[in-house]
Amino acid sequence: MSAPHDKAPDSGRRSFIGAAAATGAGLGVAALAPGLQLIEVSAAGTPSTGASSDKRWGMLIDSNKCASGCDACVKACNRENGITETLQDVRQSSQWIRKVDLKDPKSGREHSLPVLCQHCAKPTCVDVCPTGASMKRADGIVLVDRHICIGCRYCMMACPYKARSFVHLTLTEQNPEVPRGQGCVEACTFCVHRVDKGQQPACVEACPERAMLFGDLKDPHSEIAQRIAQEATTQLRSDLKLDLGVRYQGI
Amino acid sequence: MTHSVAIPPASAKGFYFLTAIGALVSALGFAAVIYMEHHGHQVTGMNNQFVWGLPLVFAFFQLVAGSGALNVGLIGPVFGKQVYKPFAPLAGLLALALLAGGVLVILLDLGRPDRVPVALTHMNLTSVFGWDVILFNGFFAIVILFLWTQMSPAMRRYSQTAGLLALVWRFILTTGTGSIFGFLVARQAYQSAIVAPMFIIFSFAWGMAVFLVVQRALLRSAGATLHPDIARRMGNLLGIFIVAAFYFVLVYHLTNLYYARQTAFEEFILVSGGVFPKLFWGGYIALGTVLPLLLLYVPAFQRIQGSDLIAAVLTLLGGLALMYVFIVGAQAFPLEIFPGMQVKSSFLDGQIDHYVPSTAEVLLSFGGFGISLVITLIALRVLPFKLLDDNAPLAADPLHD
Amino acid sequence: MKRTLVGLGAFLLLAGSVYAGTPKPAVKIENPGQCIAPAAEMRANHMEKLKHTRTRTLRQGIRGEVASLNGCINCHASKTTGSVLGPGGFCQECHSYAAVSPDCWICHQPKAKQPVGQTTAGVQQ
Repeated sequence: MSAPHDKAPDSGRRSFIGAAAATGAGLGVAALAPGLQLIEVSAAGTPSTGASSDKRWGMLIDSNKCASGCDACVKACNRENGITETLQDVRQSSQWIRKVDLKDPKSGREHSLPVLCQHCAKPTCVDVCPTGASMKRADGIVLVDRHICIGCRYCMMACPYKARSFVHLTLTEQNPEVPRGQGCVEACTFCVHRVDKGQQPACVEACPERAMLFGDLKDPHSEIAQRIAQEATTQLRSDLKLDLGVRYQGI
Repeated sequence: MTHSVAIPPASAKGFYFLTAIGALVSALGFAAVIYMEHHGHQVTGMNNQFVWGLPLVFAFFQLVAGSGALNVGLIGPVFGKQVYKPFAPLAGLLALALLAGGVLVILLDLGRPDRVPVALTHMNLTSVFGWDVILFNGFFAIVILFLWTQMSPAMRRYSQTAGLLALVWRFILTTGTGSIFGFLVARQAYQSAIVAPMFIIFSFAWGMAVFLVVQRALLRSAGATLHPDIARRMGNLLGIFIVAAFYFVLVYHLTNLYYARQTAFEEFILVSGGVFPKLFWGGYIALGTVLPLLLLYVPAFQRIQGSDLIAAVLTLLGGLALMYVFIVGAQAFPLEIFPGMQVKSSFLDGQIDHYVPSTAEVLLSFGGFGISLVITLIALRVLPFKLLDDNAPLAADPLHD
Repeated sequence: MKRTLVGLGAFLLLAGSVYAGTPKPAVKIENPGQCIAPAAEMRANHMEKLKHTRTRTLRQGIRGEVASLNGCINCHASKTTGSVLGPGGFCQECHSYAAVSPDCWICHQPKAKQPVGQTTAGVQQ
């Protein structure tokens, strides 16, 4: 019988053990997470990295350019987001964006502008939501997570801009990319399903006067950031100090 | 005058009738909920302007009155006032019943009432509604505990501690209820720190009123009466609370009137707003404050048979009217997004709107009262309640504790 | 004793008839091929996969997850009705049989947007 240290290391045996171990590990992984294995095999693309706080989406609306009778932004929003239902009482219909006509009672000056969710950095709607359905994404877009919205409408009481709507009836003609339904609260999402694909919100694209500008407020090279840095802009109800994502000119 | 008065037997006239009425009202409320659930809130008078309607007016009224009713029962155990000791069990029961009815109406008015489990498991603690999940559940548990210490001889010695816990918890709860509104910086009717203490005072007044009404009705059906000195004490307390509530309402409106930016809103609520000034002046001020005070303090009115009972009922009606003005009136007046400008839009910006509750809403609102009534009556039947207690020295000098 | 036996027999007959009458779900695979996981696993875990995806997509903005509801619908929708609900609907069949009402369709569109079968799981939605 030869002593163990007399034998040279058997490379064949080692490589076999190595291969067996690797196969075993692979099988183990496959056994533990067969779904995972298959998903990696069948994925046509990899998921994106998601919203990041490196960006903050914002909008600049020049109400000087906004034409009084025009509601192209409203129509585009309704079309894009599948807001096509009609209600007997129009006060119950959802309006994610609306045209507001202003008149200064002292001077008589009139102008109009669109009002939508202001995507505040300190949203009152997020503070008051009991379940946390009203949320702010890392890139500043304020959304309603309709998976946990219980329809209490407290956020509608809290919003200073009347941005939110409640769905009063059963919906059947939703856009698959914009799920919305009865009993939940909703509001402008900055067309988040388009923004995440690198596109612009529908209202911005549809405006014939190019009065609306959308972009990354944190990117110093973006058109919106440059204009805000150079031109005077205002926020609605700036006294509330909610740090809005939407700014106006010409109010 | 008796020392110990048990709840009248089931054969007492009115008991089954009342329970049936309560059950019917509750059933109609549930039917309304099913109807609203099936068709959506389009069958209600609520819309994107009137977000909280009649059901929540009634529900908040019940919540405030219920938490105040508990107080009447705590004066004895917590502060040692012997005269009030027998009131504790009934007060605790009323608190539970009213809160149960109120919470149920709030939950059934939700857009997604099937998601109550979601509300219980996802809690945003920056939201008063989120706290309320803890506060309301805790309230039910603590009041049941308190009732247990009251009604079980073995647990009696913990009564004061349980009562103190209940007192503190109920204060937090009612402060939270007021803060639901007070924390809303967007609404001109709210956005104020006074709203929370104002709700506390409302709860004292309406809680005492509802307790007085229920206790008196039960005593009458048992053929018993309260010692006139105790009755007068309760009436005095009610009067003090009515005055205190009025003081808060006065300060609230005076401050608002002083601010230029609030003047238009105050003018709407107090003068030009149609149903709202009518309910405020006619309902809350005249029926709910002036008339009860006359009945409680002016000798000519005091002579009327059951004057304090009438005063209590009127206080409750006035309170309900005030809640309507406070909750619905605040929504009728448009949000100020562009201060100083005249505003017009397809979303009713800048316009005053009118709210008309639908039948379904009215049924749901009263359903809450029905639930509370049924709970109260059944609990009185099933649990060992006594209206007045052997342990309290009522026959002895009631003016000295 | 005789009455008990007769009663028991009647009850068993009745109960049995109920079981005999419920039709099994007729699940039609419109696009044969590979789902994102084997059928048995999907049957057991599809809700978990969708639930995790929905949280990541909505709250974190991660797009292009494999277990995407629209991805499922585009592949599984019926070629006749274009939907996963309704008679013969892919989701409807099993959920009706199991009497488990899925919450999704109050908000999500059950009809496929593109012609059925032209997108595969995992494609950026």
